[in-house]
Amino acid sequence: MSSINVDPSLNSNAAHGTEHEEEDHRMFGFVVFLLSESIIFFSFFVGYAVFKTGTADWLPAGFEGLEVKEPLINTIVLVSSSFVIYFAERFLHKENLWGFRAFWLLTMAMGSFFLYGQAVEWMGLPFGFTDGVFGGTFYLLTGFHGLHVMTGVLLQGIMLGRSFLPNNYARGEFGVASTSLFWHFVDVIWIILFILIYVWQ
Amino acid sequence: MSDASVEVRSPDPQASRQPEPGAPDNWRRFFTFSTDHKVIGIQYIVTAFIFFLFGGLLAMVMRGELITPEADLVDRTVYNGLFTMHGTIMLFMWTFPMLNGLANYLVPLMIGARDMAFPRLNAAAFWMVPVFGIILIASFFIPGGPSQSGWWAYPPVSLQNPTGNLINGQALWLLAVALSGVSSIMGAVNIVTTIFRMRAPGMGWFKMPAFCWTVLSAQMIQLIGLPALTAGAVMLLLDLTVGTSFFDPTRGGDPVLYQHFFWFYSHPAVYVIVLPIFGVFSEVFPVYARKPLFGYPVVVVSSLMITVLSLVVWVHHMFASGTPGWMRMLFMFTTMAISIPTGIKVFAWVATVWGGKLRLTTAMLFALGGLSTFLFAGITGIMLSSAPFDIHVNNTYFVVGHFHYVINGAVVMGFYAAIYHWFPKMTGRMYYEGLGKLHFALTFIGINMIFLPMHPLGLLGMPRRVASYDPEFAFLNVIASLGGFLLGVSTLPFILNMLSSWNQGEKAGNNPWRAIGLEWLVSSPPPHENFEEIPVVVSPPYGYGSNEPLVSNNPAGEALA
Repeated sequence: MSSINVDPSLNSNAAHGTEHEEEDHRMFGFVVFLLSESIIFFSFFVGYAVFKTGTADWLPAGFEGLEVKEPLINTIVLVSSSFVIYFAERFLHKENLWGFRAFWLLTMAMGSFFLYGQAVEWMGLPFGFTDGVFGGTFYLLTGFHGLHVMTGVLLQGIMLGRSFLPNNYARGEFGVASTSLFWHFVDVIWIILFILIYVWQ
Repeated sequence: MSDASVEVRSPDPQASRQPEPGAPDNWRRFFTFSTDHKVIGIQYIVTAFIFFLFGGLLAMVMRGELITPEADLVDRTVYNGLFTMHGTIMLFMWTFPMLNGLANYLVPLMIGARDMAFPRLNAAAFWMVPVFGIILIASFFIPGGPSQSGWWAYPPVSLQNPTGNLINGQALWLLAVALSGVSSIMGAVNIVTTIFRMRAPGMGWFKMPAFCWTVLSAQMIQLIGLPALTAGAVMLLLDLTVGTSFFDPTRGGDPVLYQHFFWFYSHPAVYVIVLPIFGVFSEVFPVYARKPLFGYPVVVVSSLMITVLSLVVWVHHMFASGTPGWMRMLFMFTTMAISIPTGIKVFAWVATVWGGKLRLTTAMLFALGGLSTFLFAGITGIMLSSAPFDIHVNNTYFVVGHFHYVINGAVVMGFYAAIYHWFPKMTGRMYYEGLGKLHFALTFIGINMIFLPMHPLGLLGMPRRVASYDPEFAFLNVIASLGGFLLGVSTLPFILNMLSSWNQGEKAGNNPWRAIGLEWLVSSPPPHENFEEIPVVVSPPYGYGSNEPLVSNNPAGEALA
């Protein structure tokens, strides 16, 4: 019994809703949300694996397999943007707002490039989302992920606009930190997705 | 970026919070977008109870249909819609909102916080409940009527769409369930963050009341399980509306995969709803037995064990879905294993009550009644966990009887226990014991009268979800129907009691039950922001008979033994 009686002083930070701690609540809540969100993707991944291993005519008739080269370039751009956004955050911490804006904008450009590449790939494919289970899961996974990339770029746009409001990032920058975390999340999901769909054919 | 300019721009935390519209006894605030967790809690509870009455009405029409063997009262397709909507409303619009209401009201008070972590998110999550409730009920009024595929919406039945309209009962059903999921996720993020980060000084994990522990365990299941249901529901909605073929077996899809998605959430959902009821039992028994909760740390750990195990038992709903033998075996054992932490809890409650100075108030009666029906449900649950037996009674009334003993027997009785127990705290007034005891007697007799006959009916082979049946089942069905009507009548003394005692009941003091807990240290109803001074907790909960103060800075300073 004695081992579980936690020393009261350990929890003294838990009370008093000061500004700084409210920021922490938001970050904590956002991480909890992202963990939950990742399970939707995980469910889709499991569904994809079950379909792929259990369906007799997996690929649509006359379709040989997905092209890997362009998606790989896309992947490299998206994954590198995770590093770029990290440097943008570093600049913000050093209170170098123009450095932040430049790298932040570069991240947005890379995200937009990814979305453009995705759209080009979709338009070149000979199957639609109603063409069998493969068509459905392919567009579901890439589309749901693309929706997240789009959300990320939009959030980045809002944060970029907010950086022009005077003193907006003076007290903590929950919006920037959470957008950046969201971006890393979207990247990690894409790496799994890429391996699942393009590498494992 | 000097500090001075920051001060100018920073919104005042007090001003950014929505001020309470009017005095604490102003009833109009229950109809506003209030961000006070206590107002939102009561909003949840009352809204959910209205949906409960509606779902109960549907059940009574079904029991009216089943009082004779022929399908004469309602058409068979109407009957299909009735049981689908009954199940959906009772789970997504009564049980979950009701639990969120209790958690909302009680958790910040119990852990010594002024409000939830995200008050506006909280209000937004609540106001989605009437929205998706109306969407679901609207499906009664569209061509083709509501969804008829049962509350689990298995494809290919749920993909049929006989009217061919884009807006059909099944699509509205999916939309309502999806919105319910979003609302629940918002609530879960809020509750988990609140419990992790806003406990009062000194309230270490193992000084937290068991109710908060069970709420935390339940909300963690929501966060893990609900996304899987959302994934399945999105795929089903795409199949239904835009013509994909994820679950359509004629075009290469796999309907069993939907069952996995559905039950990966919907079995743990049983624990989402029953765990907080375990918490209610753990709060109510010590108060009215004047004894500490027996084995408090073990009860807490068993909640966490249930959380973990609940994620690996879902296939026991699919023993008859062509699952391979090894899977049946594996999930049979995990399902049996989950009865161990559950049994530990039952043992702890019995040991708490054992030899106590019992006060049989209405709340205590409901808790004892809920415990006994839960025990019965647990025994039939262990029977059902065995694959050979489950396949034998699959889709019969035995299953219906079993889960109604859990959900109506344990959970609804637990809700009533919670409402009666915390009613003086929520309203500042006492309820009428006489009416409360009448309510208990009618509910307890009604529940056993309607659901007990379902077990022999199922063993005799009566399938569930049918509007007509063989005349040999008539006698037991008549008894069940009479019990159902009695259960309907039982809500009348409850409503009368609540309305009249909220208006003109005897004033309750801060602590009418002489209970130990932070929520009982503040006035009834608690003031805005709950605590003038955040309490500093110095003792573990349930210190009945120990004479130690719970907090070090309680101005009243009363010792409760």
